[in-house]
Amino acid sequence: MIELNDVHKSFGKVEVLKGITASVAKSEVVCIIGPSGSGKSTILRCINGLESYDRGEISVEGARVDSNDRSIVAIRTQVSMVFQRFNLFPHRTALENVIEGPLYVKKEPRGQAVARGRALLAQVGLADKAEVHPPKLSGGQQQRVAIARALAMQPKAILFDEPTSALDPELVGEVLSVMRKLADDGMTMVVVTHEMGFARDVADRVLFIDGGVIVEQGAAKSVLNQPQHPRTQDFLRRVLHPL
Amino acid sequence: MQKFFHDAIEFVPILLQGVWLTIVVTIGSLLLSTVLGLIWALMRVSGIGILTGISAALINVIRGIPIIVLLFYIYFVMPDFGIALSALQAAIIGLGIAYSAYQAENFRAGIEAIDKGQIEAAQTIGMGWWLTMRRVVLPQAVRIILPPYGNIMIMMLKDSSQASTITVAELALQGKLIASSTFKNTSVFTLVALMYLTMSIPLILLVRHFENKANRK
Repeated sequence: MIELNDVHKSFGKVEVLKGITASVAKSEVVCIIGPSGSGKSTILRCINGLESYDRGEISVEGARVDSNDRSIVAIRTQVSMVFQRFNLFPHRTALENVIEGPLYVKKEPRGQAVARGRALLAQVGLADKAEVHPPKLSGGQQQRVAIARALAMQPKAILFDEPTSALDPELVGEVLSVMRKLADDGMTMVVVTHEMGFARDVADRVLFIDGGVIVEQGAAKSVLNQPQHPRTQDFLRRVLHPL
Repeated sequence: MQKFFHDAIEFVPILLQGVWLTIVVTIGSLLLSTVLGLIWALMRVSGIGILTGISAALINVIRGIPIIVLLFYIYFVMPDFGIALSALQAAIIGLGIAYSAYQAENFRAGIEAIDKGQIEAAQTIGMGWWLTMRRVVLPQAVRIILPPYGNIMIMMLKDSSQASTITVAELALQGKLIASSTFKNTSVFTLVALMYLTMSIPLILLVRHFENKANRK
């Protein structure tokens, strides 16, 4: 469903992606792990056109991703994104955040959008917070609203960019459990994460990225339990046993 | 003091005619400067090279010309090009253009203060540039823009007196005319000053209201 073929990307003189080739099948959950600065987030941002790429090709269901072309809008409505820092609209309530896209981008009738918005908030366990503005919600609640907002576009896939990295540790679980439910329901997901437990239990595949290249990839359990490459082994050892 | 009140009763009705024109000039040029300023600001942040360049150049040219010269130009020079405007029209257009540069810079500062993540979030739900501006950026930028906007309103109220230089009989000119025909300078100009102050006070209170509101969030 999502194909990356030899994707290169530089910021100025720094090449952050040095030929990424990967694919994500429908209903697959792929976790991208790796040290910070390795280019993980950049991959996600290239997939839905927040960043352009210099070389290679990215396509979503056969449509080429070109951040400078009008077609990017159609791609973005199919591939939603959830950000590390939530990026909810602070001047709108939780419900308004969720129905913003359906109402103004997809031009759904208000009644229908509101009904589905409420259902989505209920799905992420926030039915009672519909009328609350984001600054009055906890980080975990905000991220769940952000997930509901992404789902409201009825996307074919959702990209998660370190969705739990900005959360207090005790709030990580509520977000991961919502994501796990999505995975169980067959949502196609690409997740950049440092939550190795989540990757092991939920992901179908794991990509380990370092220095802008895919160092190792494979079934989640095999990469995480028996990493083959020394850099993967070293990274996992430092993440799992920091002391 | 008694003499002052006596003069006041005599002159206030005449000065009020000037007040009316002052209000017309201020509101007219406020509306024009807001619309133009918003256009310049949106051009500036459009990310389209040529629009950004035009807007930046325009703002600098407008900022670099004194208001009074701009007024003279519109009122005295434009007729040579076949555009003859009434003094009131010329005043509103001149002040509106002059202030559009400051409005634009204020709007731009407000727009650029919005977190980039907001724009990205809007893009990822499929919003285009204009929808992002209208639904996400501008509603949040307003909170930042309003306090300086209030200050601009006060400055415009006072600078509307420059319309007197192209014969608009607003408050300052009305005062000058009465003073030069009666020689009661003290009474007349005290009244004029008090009237400007009276008109400014609601605006000053409005600015404070905006500031409180902006600080609360």
